[in-house]
Amino acid sequence: MERILFYILALMMISFAIAAVSSRKMLRSVIYLLFVLMGVAGIFFLIDYNFLAAIQLTVYAGGIIVLIIFSVLLVHHIELKLEMAKPKRQIVTAIACLLGIGVFLKTMYSYDFKVIENHVTTTTSDIGAKLLSYDAGGFILPFEVISVLLLAAMIGAIIIAKGKKLNQQTDV
Amino acid sequence: MIEGVTIYDILTLTTILFFIGVYGFLTRKNLISILISVEMILNASVVNFVIINKYLYPDVLQGVLFSIFIIAVAAAETALAVAIIINLYRQISSVEVKDTEVMKY
Repeated sequence: MERILFYILALMMISFAIAAVSSRKMLRSVIYLLFVLMGVAGIFFLIDYNFLAAIQLTVYAGGIIVLIIFSVLLVHHIELKLEMAKPKRQIVTAIACLLGIGVFLKTMYSYDFKVIENHVTTTTSDIGAKLLSYDAGGFILPFEVISVLLLAAMIGAIIIAKGKKLNQQTDV
Repeated sequence: MIEGVTIYDILTLTTILFFIGVYGFLTRKNLISILISVEMILNASVVNFVIINKYLYPDVLQGVLFSIFIIAVAAAETALAVAIIINLYRQISSVEVKDTEVMKY
């Protein structure tokens, strides 16, 4: 049952990913990306990391997709067709990517992963305790650094998007 | 673990997703499309972290925590990129890569 579910998810993710990078309509490719991200959340649910799946849905599907749609609507006319690369360049890139997939898969399948059979369920309180512990192997420092980084990114985004230059031009 | 699905299957899936993202990154001519491809690449790597954590080292949480950090950094990066794109569009009325010449100032 879970196997079938996984293959359905995988098929959905790959086909929507290809659609997202090859669609000529901007807004549609964003929506295809949304489906890919939801497929990733489905895989997190399948391997029993509920907290990560919730984060994936809220941050990616809820936040990032909305931001990108917002910028698409601000920047584009909705009818505008995208300019694509030259066919020759597309083919060369596709061949290079297939080559890369081949190298990756060959390396992966020749390595013997020592898989441990387990059905450990990770609760949110485990993740929280590990994130805030300052023992050896605790993650309190990166946690704080990330919070400062998010604050800096937020202020930076406001200042950049405010556009000082534009105001000066309109004043003159 | 997912019943009946080996680690190789999932790693194959994430590899394919990663290279689709790389393909989009190299062929698209538009800043927002490039952003979409970057999100796809980041997501494939997040799944890899989580899967390796779950299948090979189930009693630690490092992979999960790192994937949370990756998601946070990706959110910050997207917010900044969207801000830059909007500002650029107001200055040059275009988000094509070839028109982007004024980022110096």
